[in-house]
Amino acid sequence: MPKRTDISKILIIGSGPIIIGQSAEFDYSGTQACKALKAEGFEVVLANSNPATIMTDPESADRTYIEPLTRDYLEEILRIEAEMCGGKGFALLPTVGGQTALNLAVELADAGILEKYNVQLIGARIEAIKKAEDRLFFKDAMQKIGLDVPKSALVNNLKDGLEFAGKIGFPVVIRPSFTLGGSGGGIAYNREELLEVLARGLDLSPVHECLIEESVLGWKEFELEVMRDLADNVIIICSIENFDPMGVHTGDSITVAPAQTLTDREYQAMRDAAIAVIREIGVETGGSNIQFAVNPDNGRQVVIEMNPRVSRSSALASKATGFPIAKIAAKLAVGYTLDEIPNDITRKTPASFEPTLDYVVVKIPKWQFEKFPGADESLGPQMKSVGEVMAIGRTFKEALQKGIRALDTGKRVGSGKIEPKILTQRLVTPHPERLAYVTYAIRQGYTVKQLARMTSIDPWFLQQLKEINDMQLELEKHPMESVPPEIVRQAKRMGFSDGRLAGTWRLETSSGGQEKVRHLRKKFGIKPVYKRVDTCAAEFESYTPYLYSTYEEEDEATPTAKKKVIILGSGPNRIGQGIEFDYCCCHASFALREDGFETIIVNCNPETVSTDYDTSDRLYFEPLTPEDVFAICEHEASGGAPVGVIVQFGGQTPLNLALPLKAAGVTIIGTSPESIDLAEDRKRFGKLLDELHIPQAPGAMVTSVEEAAKAANAIGYPVLVRPSYVLGGRAMVIAYDEDTIAHYMKQAVEYSHDRPILVDKFLEDAIEVDVDALSDGEDVVIGGIMQHIEEAGIHSGDSSCVLPAVDIPEKLMRTMREYTFQLARALQVVGLVNIQFAIPRASAGNGGDKVYVLEVNPRASRTVPYVSKATGIPLAKIAARLMTGRKLREFLPEYIERAADLDTGRCYYVKSPVFPWNKFPGVDTVLGPEMKSTGEVMGVGDSFGEAFAKAQVAAGQTLPTKGTVFISVTDHDKLHVAEVARRFAELGFAMVATAGTADVLEKAGLKVERVYKVKEGRPNPVDLIKGERIQLIINTPQGADPFFDEKAIRRAAVMHRIPTITTLAAARAAAEGIAALQTGRVTVHALQKLHADREVREGLR
Amino acid sequence: MQALLALEDGRIFRGKGYGAKGECYGEVVFNTSITGYQEIFTDPSYAGQIVVLTNPQIGNYGTNDEDNEATRPYIEGLIVREFSRVSSNWRSQQVTEEYLEHHKIPVLAEIDTRALVRHLRDHGAMRGVISTLETDAEKLVAKACGIPKMVGTDLAKVVTTNRPYVWEVGERSHEPTEVVGVKDAPERFHVVAYDFGIKHNILRKLRGEGCKVTVVPAETPAEDVLALKPHGVFLSNGPGDPEPCTYAVENIRRLMGRQPIFGICLGHQLVGLALGGKTYKLKFGHHGGNHPVKLLKTGKIEITAHNHNFAVDPDSLPASEVELTHVNLNDNTLEGLRHRNLPLFSVQYHPEAAPGPHDSQYLFGDFVKMMEEWRG
Repeated sequence: MPKRTDISKILIIGSGPIIIGQSAEFDYSGTQACKALKAEGFEVVLANSNPATIMTDPESADRTYIEPLTRDYLEEILRIEAEMCGGKGFALLPTVGGQTALNLAVELADAGILEKYNVQLIGARIEAIKKAEDRLFFKDAMQKIGLDVPKSALVNNLKDGLEFAGKIGFPVVIRPSFTLGGSGGGIAYNREELLEVLARGLDLSPVHECLIEESVLGWKEFELEVMRDLADNVIIICSIENFDPMGVHTGDSITVAPAQTLTDREYQAMRDAAIAVIREIGVETGGSNIQFAVNPDNGRQVVIEMNPRVSRSSALASKATGFPIAKIAAKLAVGYTLDEIPNDITRKTPASFEPTLDYVVVKIPKWQFEKFPGADESLGPQMKSVGEVMAIGRTFKEALQKGIRALDTGKRVGSGKIEPKILTQRLVTPHPERLAYVTYAIRQGYTVKQLARMTSIDPWFLQQLKEINDMQLELEKHPMESVPPEIVRQAKRMGFSDGRLAGTWRLETSSGGQEKVRHLRKKFGIKPVYKRVDTCAAEFESYTPYLYSTYEEEDEATPTAKKKVIILGSGPNRIGQGIEFDYCCCHASFALREDGFETIIVNCNPETVSTDYDTSDRLYFEPLTPEDVFAICEHEASGGAPVGVIVQFGGQTPLNLALPLKAAGVTIIGTSPESIDLAEDRKRFGKLLDELHIPQAPGAMVTSVEEAAKAANAIGYPVLVRPSYVLGGRAMVIAYDEDTIAHYMKQAVEYSHDRPILVDKFLEDAIEVDVDALSDGEDVVIGGIMQHIEEAGIHSGDSSCVLPAVDIPEKLMRTMREYTFQLARALQVVGLVNIQFAIPRASAGNGGDKVYVLEVNPRASRTVPYVSKATGIPLAKIAARLMTGRKLREFLPEYIERAADLDTGRCYYVKSPVFPWNKFPGVDTVLGPEMKSTGEVMGVGDSFGEAFAKAQVAAGQTLPTKGTVFISVTDHDKLHVAEVARRFAELGFAMVATAGTADVLEKAGLKVERVYKVKEGRPNPVDLIKGERIQLIINTPQGADPFFDEKAIRRAAVMHRIPTITTLAAARAAAEGIAALQTGRVTVHALQKLHADREVREGLR
Repeated sequence: MQALLALEDGRIFRGKGYGAKGECYGEVVFNTSITGYQEIFTDPSYAGQIVVLTNPQIGNYGTNDEDNEATRPYIEGLIVREFSRVSSNWRSQQVTEEYLEHHKIPVLAEIDTRALVRHLRDHGAMRGVISTLETDAEKLVAKACGIPKMVGTDLAKVVTTNRPYVWEVGERSHEPTEVVGVKDAPERFHVVAYDFGIKHNILRKLRGEGCKVTVVPAETPAEDVLALKPHGVFLSNGPGDPEPCTYAVENIRRLMGRQPIFGICLGHQLVGLALGGKTYKLKFGHHGGNHPVKLLKTGKIEITAHNHNFAVDPDSLPASEVELTHVNLNDNTLEGLRHRNLPLFSVQYHPEAAPGPHDSQYLFGDFVKMMEEWRG
C-alpha cells in the first residue's frame, strides 16, 4: 500500500523527562519517527518537555513545542496546529513516546479533544490501547483466542484483593493499571504485605485499580518484538530471553537475544501466540512487545503482557538486530507495508523479513542504590535501574563479560569471604549484585544444579558462568611469563578483559598491568577483529558499518582512507551522566559529518540516539574501557588516515580515558587532556586561580582521615567533601562536623594518592550560577549564564535554573564573564567549558562584587542542550568544529565583537529536575551536593514566573492556584520571609507556620495559623499534609541537622504529591508562577518560531 | 580433539572436533535459522551436505524424540561456532553431542563461522571435508575436489524409503503445549506421498488435515500410485539435483490431471520440469527460516522456511498453462506455481516449517480443498 495522502501533518508526543522506566530509548524512537516522517514529506509537529533530547532539536521537526506534557498544553498545541492546517489531514502518532504519550493520547481522546480538532490517531487505535493496557480487557482477549494467562483478578479495593489472594494462594503479584515501569507494583507473600503493596498500587494507578495475579515466579521469561502493517503482515523482529526468571521486572533483568533455550517447536508456538495477540488486540501498525512466561518443568506457556507501542525492549531489539523498529513503525503508521520499505543494511532486501543473529547480545541494567540510602535494594516487579548497557559477542560468555566491564561500576564482589547465610540470601533474593554472587558461589564449588534450584536461573546460563570460572581457574595455573598463547586466546574469545588477566597475574593497574597484558597479546598476535551487525547473519552484503569486536579470524571493518574523528560516548545512563551527554556526542557526529570527516561513535548504551547506526558513519558498539577503546583507535589508525578522538562530550567516562589514551599515542582533539587534568587537580588549579586573581573557596586535598579533619578545622565548617574525578556529585557531602568527615572517609568512598579527596569551604547562603561557554583557545563566547533557583550546596543537576539570569546585578555578570574568558584562555579550552560560580548573598544584595569559582569543567556540561534550545545556537556542534581547528569567528563573529552572551530573546527558559522518589519509598527526599534527579524538563514563558510554573507542571509538580501554604524557614531567611509571604497572601493563599516563622509573619501584619513542629506535638505539618489541608510547602533547610521534622514533612509531601520549595528564591519564583497560572492562560511556543524571531531581531540590530 | 574443514578452493578452517571422530564429505551450505537444529540435522534434504549454522550457540536445548524429521540425521557434518556441552529444556532427552556421536556425525566447532558463511556467500556453496584424523590440509583439499558435484546427482533415489508404509501420527500428539485450533481431523482423504526425502512434519500436517497418508518410494510408477486409489498425490522435498530424477518427472506427467497434486521443494522443482520448465542451481541456496515470500494474488507476505539449492526458472514455464503464485522478495526467485487448468500446485519453500514459521500452513488446507473439489 502506498503512503497515505489524506494526512499531511503529524503530531508526535515524546515521553518527557528521563525517569526510571522511561529513559533515553524514547528519544531514540521519537527521533527516528520524526526523521522518517519528515523524510516522507509530512509536516511534523513535536511535543516534549525534555530539552536534553535530540528529538527536540529544531531540525528534527517542523515545529517543536518544549511544553509540559499535560492535557491542557497538548490541547493548546492541537488547537493552534489544527487552525494552521484548516483542521484537515491532522494526525497524532502516540506510540513512540512511551507510556506517557500513550496515556496522553487516551486522555485527549476520552475528553473529546481529538474529535474537536479533527485529529486522527495513527499507529494504534484507542480501543487497541485500552484492550492492551487494561488488564481485564487484556485477559479476556487472551482467553478469547485461547491463550493461557496467569490466573488473576482486577480489584479496586483492599478487601477484594485479600479475598482473591486467599483463593489463589500466596505469593501473588500486584500490578497497578496504567503505570509505567511497573510503578507501584510488587509481590506479596502474606496478607500484611499485600495490604501495603496494594494500597500503594491503588494510589499510584490513575484509574485506582490493580491486578492481583497468580505468581509465576521462577518461570522462564521471554519477550517477542512484533511488527504489523496495515495489510496484516506480521513479523517478529527479535526474541529476548531473560537471564533472571519471572519476578524481576524485565527492565531490571539481564536479558539475552536471541532466546537461547527454546526449541523450534516452543519458539514457533510463542511466535504464533504473539501474532495472534497483536491481531486480537488490534494494533494495526507498528511495533509491540509481548511478554511470555514458560514453566521450566512442563513448558506451559502463558502470556504476561503486551505493550502496544515501541518500548525499551524494542530499542534494545533494534540495536540487537540492526532493524530500526521505531523508524519502520512510523512508516507503517502512514500506510506503507513492510515489503515496500527497504532494509537499510542490505539495501537490496525488504523490511518484511525476520532478522537473524549470528552473535549473542546481552543487556545488563545499571542500578544506583548508593544514591538512595535506605531504599529497598531487592528486585521485583517494579523497575529500579537507571540505565543499561548492551554488549555483543559471538557467544553468550563473551557478550556477558563485555557487558560487565561496560557497566563501569569499578567494583567487584567476592574479593572477601562471604558468610554462607548471606550468600544464600543473595542468591535466593534477586538483587543488583546477584550475578556477582552467583559467580562467587560457583568459585566456592556450588554446582549448576544447586544454583539453579536457589536462583531459578536457567541451568544453561549457569553452565556458561561455570565455564567462565573454569577458564579463570585454568588461567590461574599459568604465570604470565609461561602462559601458552592458546590459553590467552581462549580467554580473550570468552570475553576476558586485559584488566582481568592482569588481575589474575597480580599486575597492578597503576604500574601498567593492562599494558603488559596488551603487549603479551601483541607478541602472541591475539587481537580483536570487528564484525558487522547486519540483520541477516551475513547472507547478504551489509552496507552499514555497525560493528562489534570479537576474537575471530576475519575482520569486516577495513578502515577507510578518509580523515576520521572518533567520538567516545558516555556509556550507560546514570544519575549525573545521562542523555545530555549523548546529545552532545550526536551533535559532534552530525557536525563533523557535514564537515567531511568520517565520524565514528563508540558507545555501549542501547537506549541512545548515538548508538543508532544512522548517527555516525561507523558505530562501534563496545565498552568504554581503555582496552576496548584503544583497540578501536589502533584499528582505525591502521588505515593510515589521521584519527582524532573527542573525549569531552561523553561526560566523565571518556574523560577518564583521555590520559591513558594519550599516553598510548592516541591523538585527543579539543582541549588537551592535560588541561582537563589541571582543572581537576585541586593544587594546580588553585595556583592558576591565584595567578589570575580569581577568588575560590579555600580548600585542601587529603588522603587520610586525619588530614581531612585537620584541613576542615583550618578551613572552618561547613565543608564540602568529595572525591576528585566524579560526575553528578557521586559520594559528595556537606560536613558540619568531624564525625561526618570521619564516617565519610571510612565508609563512603575510596581514595588513594592518585585519587585524593577534596575538602572545600562550603559557601552557605549563596546564589549558584552555571556558565557554559565556547572557546577556540583565543576567542570565547558565553552560551548562557544560568542562575540557579535553589541555593548553592544543592547539586547543579538537581537545581532549577533560569536563562537569562533574573536578579544578578550587571556588575557581577560582568565579573563572571571576565573570569570565564580568563579561565578559558588560561586552560586553552578548545570546545566547551562549564564554570560554576557562587555569589554570596551578602555580595549580591549589598553591592558587593565577590564572585567565587566553585569549579571549572573544560568539557560539555549537562546544560549544553538546554542552553542550545534556549538560544537556538547548537553549542555542541560548534564546539566539535572548533576541536577540528576551525575558529569561533567563523560561527559567532558578532558575539565576539560585542563580547555578548548568546541571546535568549524575549522569553525566559527554566530548567527543572525530576526525581525518582516514587520508586524508592522510605528514602529521604532531601537535596544536597549529591545529584539524585534522573531527568529534566524545560518551561518557556514570557515571564520568569510563567516559565517556572510551566517547568514545575512539566516536572509533575503542579503549583496550586489556591489553598494553604505551609511556611517554615531558617533564622536567616526570617529576615526576608515576610515579603514572600505577603505575595502569597495577595495571591489569596492562607498560611500555616511553625512558631518562629509565625511570629515573624504576624509581626509583619499577616494572618497565619500556627502548628506544632513534628517533635513538639500535634497537629503538626505532617497531619495537615495527610489531611490535605496544605497545598504548598515552603521549607528552607536548617543547616547542620538532618531535622527529623523536615524529613517527615518532605516524605509526607512526596507521598501526597505536594510541591515543596526549599529556598526563598524558589518561593519567590513559585509566587510568580502561581500568579501566571491564576490568569488561566495556557500559552505554548514553537521553538522554531522563537529562534526565528530572534534572528529577525538580530538582523535589525 | 582438533578438527579442520578443507574447501575445494583451498580455504582451510581449523577448530575443535566434537561428536564423531572421522571424516565427512559434502557440499558445504549455511543455514540462518536461529532455532531448530535438530530438525535440520534430520532433514533428508541435507543428504550430501555439510551444514554451517549461523546461530553461534548450538546444542543448548539438547535433542528429543519428538523433533526428528526423519529416523536419523541426514547431514554429513555440522559446523558451529560454539557447541553446548550441556542441554537445558524440559523435553531434552539426550545431550546434542551424544546424539550426533551416536549417529556418527562429526562436528567442527570454534571456527569463525561468519567468515565461512561470507566465503560461501561470495564464492558459492562448495565441496568440503571435515576431518578429525587428517592434519595435512592439502590432502583434504584434494579429497574435497574429489567429492561428486551436486549438479547432476540424484540423491532422492538414495534417501527414499525402500517400501511403502502408512503414516499414522498427527500433529496433536507432538505439540509440546496446548496450541489452540490444532486438532487432528478425522481421516477423510487418502493421499499417496512420494518420498524423495520426505520430512515427517509434512506427514504430520497431512494427517492433521484429515489425510491418511501412504508413503511410497521415489521410483514408484504412476500406475501403482493410481492403483492405491488415492484422493491426491503429494510430491515431497528431498536432496540433490531434480534434473536427473527423470523417472519422477515422467510419473508426474502421467499423474497430472488424473489426481490433485501438491509438491514441496524438490517436489516443486520436479513439477516445474514436468511442466516443461528448467531448473538451475542457486549460488549458495536458500537455507533458513526468515525468507519473505509474497503471495502474488493477494500481496500478502509470509515468513517462510527454506532449504533448497536449486530453483525453477519462471521464464522457462509455459505461461499459458502455469500461473506463478509465490515469489521470494529477497532475490525474486520463484517460490510457487499453480496449473491454470489442472489440480496441481507446488511451492519451493517449506509450509510444514519444522523448523521455521507457520505462516504458510494454509497450503495443506488448500490441498485438502483441492481434493474435496476434485472428488465433489
